[in-house]
Amino acid sequence: MSLIFFDFARRNLQRNLFRSLLAVVGIVIGVLAISTLGILGNSLTLSVTESLSTVGDSLTVIPHSGAGSQFGGATAQEKISERQVQDLRRVAGTNPVIPLYSTADRIEVGTQKGVISIYAMDPDDMPQLVTVEKGIYVRGNGGILAGTRAAEEFKLKVGSQVRFANGDTQRVVGILEERGIGFDIQPDFALIVPSRWYEDRNEVKGYDQVIIKVHNVDEVDALEKAIDERFNRRETVLDTFSSKEILSSIQDVFGQISTFTTAIGGISLVVAGISILNVMMMSVTERTKEIGILRSVGTLRNEVRKIFIYEALMLGLIGSVLGGLLSFGGGYLISLLILQTTEYLFDPTSLSSIALGMGFGIGTALLSGLYPAWKASNLNPIEALRFE
Amino acid sequence: METVTATEGADPVLLRFEEVSKVYPLPAGDVIALDRVSLTVERGEFIAIMGPSGSGKTTLLNLIGCLDVPSSGRLVINSRDVAELSDDELTFLRRDTIGFIFQHFNLIPLLSVLENVEYPLILKCRDRAGCGQTPQMALRAAGLDDERLYTHKPNELSGGQQQRVAIARALVNDPSLLLCDEPTGNLDQKTGKAIMDLLTEMNRNGKTIIMVTHDLGVAGYATRQIQIVDGRIMEDTG
Repeated sequence: MSLIFFDFARRNLQRNLFRSLLAVVGIVIGVLAISTLGILGNSLTLSVTESLSTVGDSLTVIPHSGAGSQFGGATAQEKISERQVQDLRRVAGTNPVIPLYSTADRIEVGTQKGVISIYAMDPDDMPQLVTVEKGIYVRGNGGILAGTRAAEEFKLKVGSQVRFANGDTQRVVGILEERGIGFDIQPDFALIVPSRWYEDRNEVKGYDQVIIKVHNVDEVDALEKAIDERFNRRETVLDTFSSKEILSSIQDVFGQISTFTTAIGGISLVVAGISILNVMMMSVTERTKEIGILRSVGTLRNEVRKIFIYEALMLGLIGSVLGGLLSFGGGYLISLLILQTTEYLFDPTSLSSIALGMGFGIGTALLSGLYPAWKASNLNPIEALRFE
Repeated sequence: METVTATEGADPVLLRFEEVSKVYPLPAGDVIALDRVSLTVERGEFIAIMGPSGSGKTTLLNLIGCLDVPSSGRLVINSRDVAELSDDELTFLRRDTIGFIFQHFNLIPLLSVLENVEYPLILKCRDRAGCGQTPQMALRAAGLDDERLYTHKPNELSGGQQQRVAIARALVNDPSLLLCDEPTGNLDQKTGKAIMDLLTEMNRNGKTIIMVTHDLGVAGYATRQIQIVDGRIMEDTG
């Protein structure tokens, strides 16, 4: 029975083919905008998450400082003492605790001079934080490791000699693998030197930073709490940051950006909805007499409503399916242009952006059809019949 | 789907107006289209309603056709008081009991000839197999034998052919009452006569016909003439 109303809807859309096509194009653009921007936002979040999560789960401990920066070195008065490091080891249990000095120095490589970040740590701890790509890890007091970007900048190779500001020299024994942005240390732009060698040449009062590598992700919160209880009961002495925490807050931010871009896409769908509303209202006016005839031969109000809702649904469905299909292309292009990679296009969360866009497309069309359908079904049959 | 044919045939009175008024409230003041009209129509009658423009004859037809309801008074159609019926129930009553024939044919341009006739049948019987009746039977009864025309759109047919399609559509659900609003108003004399002959034949076959017309010649086909002036019945030959 409903088939006949479906048929009416289909024929009416065909009768005004150009107008129907324009309404469909509106929905296609809306769905495309939502899906494509959704895919972009999502791919962005995925790509950032992936590059950040290589850091693993570590807890960074720094001296509490109102003025000190979160990632940078602490001021001279604010250091972590050897005793505090021992206490941290007790709290951390089997999780490795890596104390390190973080500083910067002027260096000379051949004729090239410049300033570079320096991390000083026990050579035994180095493999825990960085990976050597070329050469070997530091043994004992001799040799240093260079981050990839630092190596590029100063044209360092395994065997290159680096002269520090005080005149001391060290040989590069290893070049590190690129690690990207991390929350504990930034080795790409830095030199890693043995702590004993550093302590011998500088007057040190304590460590700048302690990194605790946490084996079990679920322990991070408990460990953070234990450190807080041990050190910060009377006053805040140490601050802790877990990569997990920072990662999740960064994910939140990118999630919000993604929602925002999707919402911008949503605006175009609202416009498409208004265009469907307009097309359908025109259709109701044009077909007033026809609605009168339908009513006079025994069509119920509810059945008149169905005809118009089916029309809106068809517009929405066709537009959404086309928009969904085109979104693969749109998502591919925008990912390629902005992220230079399309590897996240077929991720389930990216695909869900397309589903979301299509769902909104159909929903918008349906919503836009409700008022015209209601209006058509409530026409007075006598006045409708008289309409010319 | 509800049907209202159960009581058909029991009562010789098909419809009864008891002091029925219809008032249209307008900003400039109420317009009384029908003024306390009382009227009884028995099954099998052929009635012509005549009167000048604005006399209320179309309002009368709309009330009988359940397209409108009285402002006051009682209107009983097929033993049912229309005041007690919901919009859906009025629609069912219209669909099952009444067939409309209009001056301008009022066929649905989207549908073919056959589909136009089939449509009320589908509404009533829910599928194309119908309730024993077929659109072809109705079209033949309306004098449209040429099956090649059935797939055409209404606007491809002559006025007379279109009116025959409209009559077939009105007949297809086997209604007890045919309501005709100037059925020959848009036709030449020869075609008009053919249509009137067809309606007379329908009446002989038991259909009650109520027809609004200006044309005295057309009114002559009816067995009862009712004159309306200013919303009141001035003359009733029945």
